[in-house]
Amino acid sequence: MKPQSMGQAVLIGLALIYLASLYFMSSPVWMGFTINALIVAVVALAWNITGGFGGMASFGHAAMYGTGAYASAILQVQYGINPWIAFGAGIVAGAAMGAFIGALAFRYGLKGSYFALVTLAFAEVLRICASSFAITGGGSGLQLRLEPGLSTLQFNDRSVVYTILLVIVALVMALTAWLKYSRFGAYLIAVRENEDAARALGIDTYRIKVKAMAISGAFAGLAGVLYLQVWLFIDSAVVYGSAISIEALIGPIIGGAGTVWGPLIGTLGLHLLGEGAKHLLHNAPGLNFVLYAVVLICALRFLPQGLMGLAARIGTFRKKEDDNA
Amino acid sequence: MLEVRNLSKSFGGLKAVSDASLDVPEGGIVGLLGPNGAGKTTCFTMIAGFTRPNEGTVRFMGQDVTGLPPHRICALGMIRTFQIVQPFAGLTVQENIAVGAYLHHHDRTEAMAVARQVGKRLGMGAMLDRPASSLTIAGRKRLELARALATGAKLLLLDEVMAGLIPSEVSEIVGIIRQIRDEGHTFLMIEHVMQAVMSLAETAYVLNHGKMIAHGTPKELVQDPAVVEAYLGHGAAARLQEGHHA
Ligand SMILES: Nc1ncnc2c1ncn2[C@@H]1O[C@H](COP(=O)(O)OP(=O)(O)OP(=O)(O)O)[C@@H](O)[C@H]1O
Ligand SMILES: [Mg+2]
Repeated sequence: MKPQSMGQAVLIGLALIYLASLYFMSSPVWMGFTINALIVAVVALAWNITGGFGGMASFGHAAMYGTGAYASAILQVQYGINPWIAFGAGIVAGAAMGAFIGALAFRYGLKGSYFALVTLAFAEVLRICASSFAITGGGSGLQLRLEPGLSTLQFNDRSVVYTILLVIVALVMALTAWLKYSRFGAYLIAVRENEDAARALGIDTYRIKVKAMAISGAFAGLAGVLYLQVWLFIDSAVVYGSAISIEALIGPIIGGAGTVWGPLIGTLGLHLLGEGAKHLLHNAPGLNFVLYAVVLICALRFLPQGLMGLAARIGTFRKKEDDNA
Repeated sequence: MLEVRNLSKSFGGLKAVSDASLDVPEGGIVGLLGPNGAGKTTCFTMIAGFTRPNEGTVRFMGQDVTGLPPHRICALGMIRTFQIVQPFAGLTVQENIAVGAYLHHHDRTEAMAVARQVGKRLGMGAMLDRPASSLTIAGRKRLELARALATGAKLLLLDEVMAGLIPSEVSEIVGIIRQIRDEGHTFLMIEHVMQAVMSLAETAYVLNHGKMIAHGTPKELVQDPAVVEAYLGHGAAARLQEGHHA
């Protein structure tokens, strides 16, 4: 998690300064905006596990995000289950959906764009299902009853919400760092770099990939539940729509896929850029996605390792004799 | 230690390997020779579990491992390397070796320590922190060997670890392999470099067109007319004999 160069230290420092500055700005608009960005950052961190470390680029993380949100909402709205339990259930549901999609796709050896298409198909099927059944609220979605309090996990004070999200993002990043330097992380990277060599070295690559999808699904499910608890309302287009799937992958690619800080930095950067453009160009609808596309193309062309990769080359710290990078 | 019986594999109409058998005794270095396209690598992929043979059995340390997936076979202590080296390009040399070491050392510090130790033993001490993608071909071949060794495997199937090396590099690797063998490992190696086979292997098998055509000590094999013909073409043995007598 520690920066490896002056450039990375500056990049991380800027992100931290921005996040800290919100406590002093007292601007509800910026607060709301950043709360959204942090929820997306959690999905980006989810995508980063499979897409960044594992090299399995998903185009349908909405499938797990939406499943987490819907699982929690259904339990609370339709069955009156305690929000804390529903919160946990949403994470588990996201993990289960991830494992299920992974198990199916990898059983048939799907890779690259085939894998991306299958994940997209899953998200779309789930979106259509969610808009058709009564239990998911059909076309009108599900609304949580407004009931602020610790026991309902609803908070009126935006800065409390913001603080909770910061803590959660930090926890997910810490988990990411821990995974990266664990046996599982090494195996996942080995699978990304060369699956045959990984198999020869005793790695059950199918199991590693499904496990990665489960972990990624748990993070995405968590993000979905967070969205639900913050905005108290979901519908199929919002949580199963492809917008969130796209945001999940652009952030890490811009910021640096397979790094701990990349997804957060990329997501914050993109959202700030999108917001800036919206104000400059008077709210032309859909404009942020046009902008994202342009940025994505530039990143793929000029920044193969994202901002973190670029920053790593600026003022590299001298490495210690001993290993531990 | 390894008993391969009547292995066969066809790809479409092509019989890549037919009815091949071989034995590797514990602590031995056994060669597997044959001209290009003879089916040597295909034998390895079947023995190591990468492809399922159409017929035949593979027994390792008394256990039938035919058709087991590669990771199960590796966990039992048999591992293959690749003819076309396959480094994990995004990782350092030490991290590459650690991927192998993780098989029996689940903790990162331990796996990295084992990796360092194995790397040093193979003369890669100075390269440990370099990215694997920066290695020369000799370095990559050595890395392939180091990674395999780090898994703790007892039997190593080496697919042309000396191809493309200059003679001084070959004799270095020969020394390393001999040293590893003396530490208690067993080798089955595919090799084109005759100098290496002659000086390392106690016995060798020769494959041609998917069939085992000869088995013996390297000295016997180079005098075997069937082997000479397989390498140099039909009638070559007779012509060589004439040449000797003339
Ligand atoms: N996956 C495959 N599909 C189709 N044909 C294959 C496949 N693998 C190998 N072959 C064919 O099987 C034959 C044996 O190939 P193999 O790679 O085992 O030979 P080899 O003895 O290792 O040769 P070399 O010395 O060139 O490495 C060749 O004719 C090859 O083209
Ligand atoms: Mg071969």
